[in-house]
Amino acid sequence: MIPGSIKRAGRVLALGLSLGLALLLGWAMFDLPPAEIRLPEQVAARLAETGVSHPVTAVLLDFRSYDTLLEVGVLLLAVIGVLATRAEVRDGVEPAPEPVLLALARVTVPLMVVVAGYLLWAGAHRPGGAFQAGAVLAASGVLLRLAGRLPAWATPGFTMRLGLAVGLLIFLIVAAGVMVGGVTLLDYPSDLAGGLILLIEAGLAVSIGLTLAGLFLSAPAPGANREDAS
Amino acid sequence: MTELLFDALLAIALVWTALRALLVPELFRSVMLFIAFGLLLALAWARLDAPDLALAEAAIGAGLTGALLLDAVGHLHRIEDARRKQENPEGRERRGEPS
Repeated sequence: MIPGSIKRAGRVLALGLSLGLALLLGWAMFDLPPAEIRLPEQVAARLAETGVSHPVTAVLLDFRSYDTLLEVGVLLLAVIGVLATRAEVRDGVEPAPEPVLLALARVTVPLMVVVAGYLLWAGAHRPGGAFQAGAVLAASGVLLRLAGRLPAWATPGFTMRLGLAVGLLIFLIVAAGVMVGGVTLLDYPSDLAGGLILLIEAGLAVSIGLTLAGLFLSAPAPGANREDAS
Repeated sequence: MTELLFDALLAIALVWTALRALLVPELFRSVMLFIAFGLLLALAWARLDAPDLALAEAAIGAGLTGALLLDAVGHLHRIEDARRKQENPEGRERRGEPS
């Protein structure tokens, strides 16, 4: 590592500074006083009101559901941005699907859909939930795309666009709907909370799955760039 | 004792794969190391008793991001190949590209 150029010297300097900062932060960690606020106890004390028994789901979809609502909005905006800025894709050369990959996809994709359903259901009382279920759904979409069973997204039709938005729509409808009962936004009534959370999560799983898969599926076909460049 | 040893190895492997992912010159290897880093990070979350985060990290961080990055690397290689062919039609072949 001889700093032959200024660029390299700059890199070494940046590395040194980052390492120094990391050490400093690590050292500061040992000096931290114990936290004043005991969030786990506070969550546990009011878990019964949320209709779910898993504290992470209770925080994500009840105590801090406003954050999750905005997060889902950000995801929707991101996929709209990807679809809007995507270059016009000419038909690329679709490579012939690998037979092994195709066979693997045939076996695993149905299993992945079942796993996604399980994760969604399990979210109420153990680790799981909409994000994990959506990610597994998206992974099955990517696998189908790689195996050549799904075409790249051209322009998403009405159903696909509805699917992308359905999570946020259901979330907004429930969030605003409870206000009819005279309570504030997102303050679900305790006896309905479990069902409402499951409803929101089901919509979210579909939307998150489509959004994450869409990031991959809206990429041009593998041969498309070759034609553009040559 | 065994647990401590495992955690120490995990921490070292995390920092090492992260460093390697940033420092290797070939993009393809960098992406591979990034995926390995994501899976190790999922293990770390599981060790910290955060299975929710472990699931999300394995599926989104390692799986989907890895697939997206691999796709991007494949496209970059093809663009580069095409440019090379244009500049130097009888030029040497590049090494095999990941697809």
